[in-house]
Amino acid sequence: MNAPRQGIDAVANSLAELGRSIFFLLRVIASLPSLVRKPRLVIEQLYSVGVLSLVIIVVSGVFVGMVLALSGYRLLVDFGAEEALGTSVALTVVRELGPVVTALLFAGRAGSALAAEIGLMKATDQLSGMEMMAVDPLRRIVAPRFLAGLIALPLLTSIFCVMAIGAAGGHLVGVALLGVDAGAYWSGIQENVEFGKDIVNVFVKSGVFGVIVTWIAVYQGYSAPPTSEGVSRATTSTVVLSSLAILGANLMLTAVLFGEV
Amino acid sequence: MPDDSSLVEARDLRFRRGARVIFDGVDIDIRRGGITAIMGPSGTGKTTLLRLIGGQWRPDGGSLRFDGQEVAALSQKRLFELRKRMGMLFQTGALLTDLSVFDNVAFPLREHTRLPERLIRDVVLMKLEAVGLRGARDLYPAQLSGGMARRVALARAIALDPEMIMYDEPFAGQDPISMGVLLRLIRRLNDALGLTSVVVSHDVKETLQIADHCYVIADGEVKAHGTSDEIRDSASEWVQQFVQAQADGPVAFHYPGPPYAEDLHVEDRP
Amino acid sequence: MQSRGLEIVVGFFVCLGIAAVFILTMRVSDLADTGGIEGYTVTAAFSNVGGLKAGAPVQLAGVRIGRVTDIRIDNTTYEAVVSMRIREGYELPEDSDAQILTAGLLGEQYVGIGPGAARESLADGDRIKITQGAVILEELIGQFLYQMGNRGGE
Repeated sequence: MNAPRQGIDAVANSLAELGRSIFFLLRVIASLPSLVRKPRLVIEQLYSVGVLSLVIIVVSGVFVGMVLALSGYRLLVDFGAEEALGTSVALTVVRELGPVVTALLFAGRAGSALAAEIGLMKATDQLSGMEMMAVDPLRRIVAPRFLAGLIALPLLTSIFCVMAIGAAGGHLVGVALLGVDAGAYWSGIQENVEFGKDIVNVFVKSGVFGVIVTWIAVYQGYSAPPTSEGVSRATTSTVVLSSLAILGANLMLTAVLFGEV
Repeated sequence: MPDDSSLVEARDLRFRRGARVIFDGVDIDIRRGGITAIMGPSGTGKTTLLRLIGGQWRPDGGSLRFDGQEVAALSQKRLFELRKRMGMLFQTGALLTDLSVFDNVAFPLREHTRLPERLIRDVVLMKLEAVGLRGARDLYPAQLSGGMARRVALARAIALDPEMIMYDEPFAGQDPISMGVLLRLIRRLNDALGLTSVVVSHDVKETLQIADHCYVIADGEVKAHGTSDEIRDSASEWVQQFVQAQADGPVAFHYPGPPYAEDLHVEDRP
Repeated sequence: MQSRGLEIVVGFFVCLGIAAVFILTMRVSDLADTGGIEGYTVTAAFSNVGGLKAGAPVQLAGVRIGRVTDIRIDNTTYEAVVSMRIREGYELPEDSDAQILTAGLLGEQYVGIGPGAARESLADGDRIKITQGAVILEELIGQFLYQMGNRGGE
């Protein structure tokens, strides 16, 4: 087979894969309403996807906040503008770092776990067994995990932002360590962070990222070849694809949300 | 005595996977109330047949009916209704690994009925008792041996009192005792519950022991069918090789290739 | 997994998340300033608003009393009409003036209110009559060159 032909085939395959994943997403969304009768399933998944990610999110939030305060201070003090530290940390976290870093960590921790779990269930015939028992695995296994991801990511992102900006992160380093005035730190933040633009942006971005990461994770798991190699590939693909998709979507969202300032 | 009407009827069934032809015009009748065995070498599509009957895959041609209904033509909803009348026992048991034995058997009951927990508990314990594992109800699948896992899966398969149970290689890899247990269970459950059973296997000796009717399938077609005795006494060489487990016969031992002497370059050696 | 324990933990997680959302909304942003809170809107017309943007602060004697909510062109006078939301509790005399000033090193522009002496205060929807537009660099240079030119001609 010559090279151009292979290239075209590869492109065609990717497009077909994308199409399949979109149909899959639509089917999952269509099964969401049935979850109203079984909140238990969603709660269990919220635990596994949200609660178990808390530690890494909180710790990362604190570290990121501290680093931003540290290096931001370095930069601002040369201009005599260290009073603006609060503003600088808060805006960086809320506009970009918060949603993106949280989503990337989420993809690595929860996304890969979801893909592996579903892939393994497929490989051990559990999904097939369910089908034969007249239980739709999409409703019972995939939909609860999808919904849990959608709910968990915005919550985790908010927690990350608060940790980064607040008493354990930026505030701790800026005020306690570097001597920036606490009042100036917080008033700078309150004056310059706009709810309509910046905070809403947190929710919009984390919502979009939630859909992207969870969708990729459950699709990769569900469509993995039922072998150990297949599951392993599905897991790594989830992390790689999610990361790229997050960064790409972030670029577009930033352009749209902050473009015409 | 099993009555003569067929619960499952396949006529001129055709199916292929990619380039491989799996079924090329196959006729099969699964009679009500008895145990029908489907035998053949590995890879001839025995498991495929079960998936076709269960509606997981669609045949490429011919007809496949369950209780008179064409399986492939059913809507999603009717198909699910149909599946409640069938139980399937997978080779690995396919138990849900995060649920206990009790919860696994209770699963179909909780999903498909509105029975109160008290009643569900009674039903589950009865089913577990039938397979001899009532005492293991709080164990998890990871703690079970392969044979025990299959028995739990069997209890789960009969939880909704289906009309038919399909067994996918139930004897594969079992030690003699587990094998004996399973054989006994399959026969007794079939008779006690008035089930129709389909056993897919290549463990010839064991399967012939309990089957009422057998089909031997290979190369996409039915090579022979009849009662266990008829199969054992079959005139076909092929069937004899299979049943007697002979290494060489119509299915050759050597994979096709050049003559041995040529390959070793005997002529070229000094 | 125990039923009760699980539900409690998940409930805790969701509460934590909502608390974070709340903190972000109330403490980290300026939600207290805009719209939802008690206040009134006044307008002022300027010949040139310079770099003033919606959301810029409104200050009185250096204290922040509100925000610019909207900047529009008046089609008859061709002036820029700036709408400002002033927080409840800050009374402005009717004859106060509004100036567009530049803050600090980073050059963000804001509206500075100079209090007047009238007895009546501005109410919701009133217009500030006396205004001074932003200082435009080109005009400043133009003025400077003009003066230089004049002096040179003496």
